[in-house]
Amino acid sequence: MEEAIIIEKGVIILIVFAITMLFAMYCTLAERKIAAWIQDRRGPNRAGPGGIFQPLADGLKLFSKEEFMPNTPNTFLFVLGPTISMTMALMTSAVIPWGDSLEIGGRTVLLQATDINVAMLYVFAVLSVSVYGIMIGGWASNNKYSLMSAMRVASQMISYEIAMGLSIIAVIMMSSSMSLRDIAASQHEMHWNIFYQPLAFFIFLVCSFAETNRTPFDLAECEQELIGGYHTEYSSMRMGFFLFAEYAAMFISSTLLAVLFLGAYNYPGMTWAAENWGTNVANGIGIGVLFIKICFFLFLYMWVRWTIPRFRYDQLMNLGWKTLIPLAIINIIITAVVILLNQ
Amino acid sequence: MIEILFYLLSAITLGSAFITILSKNPIHSAIWLVVCFFSIAGHYALLNSQFLAMVHIIVYSGAIMILMLFTIMLMNLNISNEISKPLVTKIVATIAFCLVGLVLVSALTQTAPAFDAYVNSGQDYQSIQVLGKVLMNEFVVPFEMTAVLLLMAMIGAVLISKKDKKIA
Amino acid sequence: MSIETVSLSGRKKQVANKKMTFAERIYIIAIAKGMWTTLKHMFKKKVTISYPEQTRPFSDVYRGRHMLMRDDEGRERCTACGLCALSCPAEAITMKAAERTADEKHLYREEKYAEIYEINMLRCIFCGLCEEACPKQAIYLTKSKQIVFSDTSRESFIFGKEELVMPLEMAIKNTQKTQA
Repeated sequence: MEEAIIIEKGVIILIVFAITMLFAMYCTLAERKIAAWIQDRRGPNRAGPGGIFQPLADGLKLFSKEEFMPNTPNTFLFVLGPTISMTMALMTSAVIPWGDSLEIGGRTVLLQATDINVAMLYVFAVLSVSVYGIMIGGWASNNKYSLMSAMRVASQMISYEIAMGLSIIAVIMMSSSMSLRDIAASQHEMHWNIFYQPLAFFIFLVCSFAETNRTPFDLAECEQELIGGYHTEYSSMRMGFFLFAEYAAMFISSTLLAVLFLGAYNYPGMTWAAENWGTNVANGIGIGVLFIKICFFLFLYMWVRWTIPRFRYDQLMNLGWKTLIPLAIINIIITAVVILLNQ
Repeated sequence: MIEILFYLLSAITLGSAFITILSKNPIHSAIWLVVCFFSIAGHYALLNSQFLAMVHIIVYSGAIMILMLFTIMLMNLNISNEISKPLVTKIVATIAFCLVGLVLVSALTQTAPAFDAYVNSGQDYQSIQVLGKVLMNEFVVPFEMTAVLLLMAMIGAVLISKKDKKIA
Repeated sequence: MSIETVSLSGRKKQVANKKMTFAERIYIIAIAKGMWTTLKHMFKKKVTISYPEQTRPFSDVYRGRHMLMRDDEGRERCTACGLCALSCPAEAITMKAAERTADEKHLYREEKYAEIYEINMLRCIFCGLCEEACPKQAIYLTKSKQIVFSDTSRESFIFGKEELVMPLEMAIKNTQKTQA
């Protein structure tokens, strides 16, 4: 039995890892395609039909580039930076429920690497640690632009983590659990959290843009002022790691948004499907539904990136501290009052 | 298995703590301190306290050490131009540290472990629900006192960072 | 009507520095509008021309690489008068005249011909003034899409008669076409 669990979890972890990588890879293509469409262009379409081999070509190019090492006394830290970024971007996926459960060979397989009690806290812990990658990398680059970018990332991520955490408390209060599986299960059928917590959803959405360093909050890498920011001095696959980590983080935060607010793998008519077609089919559709929701959020990320211009630094801080945090606190109070009245 | 993990984690904790103190470069010290915090979080997890482990990572590694690094980077302490302290200062510092250590050790050995009751009651005491109930029922006064203390600290920080309009 | 209120493009907007209302200050509506605009653009017709498969049509007045023409008997028309060199604003053309001998009558139309005729393609701006200046209709800017190939030495961009004069087969073909 022990071995079976290890194999089962190992397979799930491998699949999740592969899917995350695949999504991160094709996000680069999707990003360029969507940018092109929004600007009335066609986008990359030379490598393979419709450009589907473009990510492979890009990866190959990055691998074959020269590994440039700047004149820095901290070569170890310089290499450590992208590594931390990448690891932390991939670590969050461990607690995400990718679907309900499947019956395989008389065993109930939970489609999740691990269902821990404090999953939400785990997500925040990983998030808060992921700042180190950029910070260490930016500092070890021995370049003032990189250092400035590292500073910006650190203060931005810490500021928005607070609003993010506060906004999610309302959701945790509603499902009275921090486990993502319980939160997903509490949104059965159409009881999605977005309908009950629109304000929390909005705050969380804005904060996840800030946490993934995406436009309009991409002050860390803004090309015009900081010539690329923390990855100015990086080249070859180390640079690729940073970029890849960004897309992996984007995928993970899209997944979180889908799980927390858009009902995860739940869809209207799930109980009906389970009764008529069997649990396995219903839960299988659930996985597909979750991925559709994830793709929607990924699209939203890109859509926003090519629409909204970058914030100024003081605007960013004002939005985070003076708008989102008070709003999140008000939301908590309202939720608490409503829950008390309904008891 | 757990014992091996414990020794491994302890070795990492002690080793990284030593490197934190011994390394010349302040940035390196800070990063080794982060490693140290992580292994302490590992200890919490071994003690079946997931909540504490996570909060430890969020608060210490995620917030405090980031701010420390931030300050070190901004002050550019990288260039080690520190003047070595006189011998008297070193001796006094050692004695002061030993006294603090003594107080801590005695405090830890004197306090009775409080978790027996929860082991017997059969509750899953790594659950946040149980933790919340304990905090809000039995330890509500210290909990609220901590809250007030944190609030005071917050107000103080706001007051300090606020610009004095009369001077400016 | 005063000059301030005139709008030539019809798009003039009066800029006011008034205080924004609350609805404007939260920017939600403005952001939604912007998102809608970009979404609409996603489904618009793409302006890109996929180059090797599709090509953009050339303009009727397109001026390509020069060609020194031959007449219907295959003789070079150029008489080395130098008007093209004179008219050239970029001073790209140079030539050296020579007298035609008796046994060269089938080669050159006039008694005087260009022994050397060179155009510096790095200087040429393809304005077509040489074509207009030529009294013998000897130099033309063709519709050729190849203007010059890239190279590493400056000398290779100075085109002599071997690059410029119309190939003989082309002249024969042209004559056959006009006679037919």
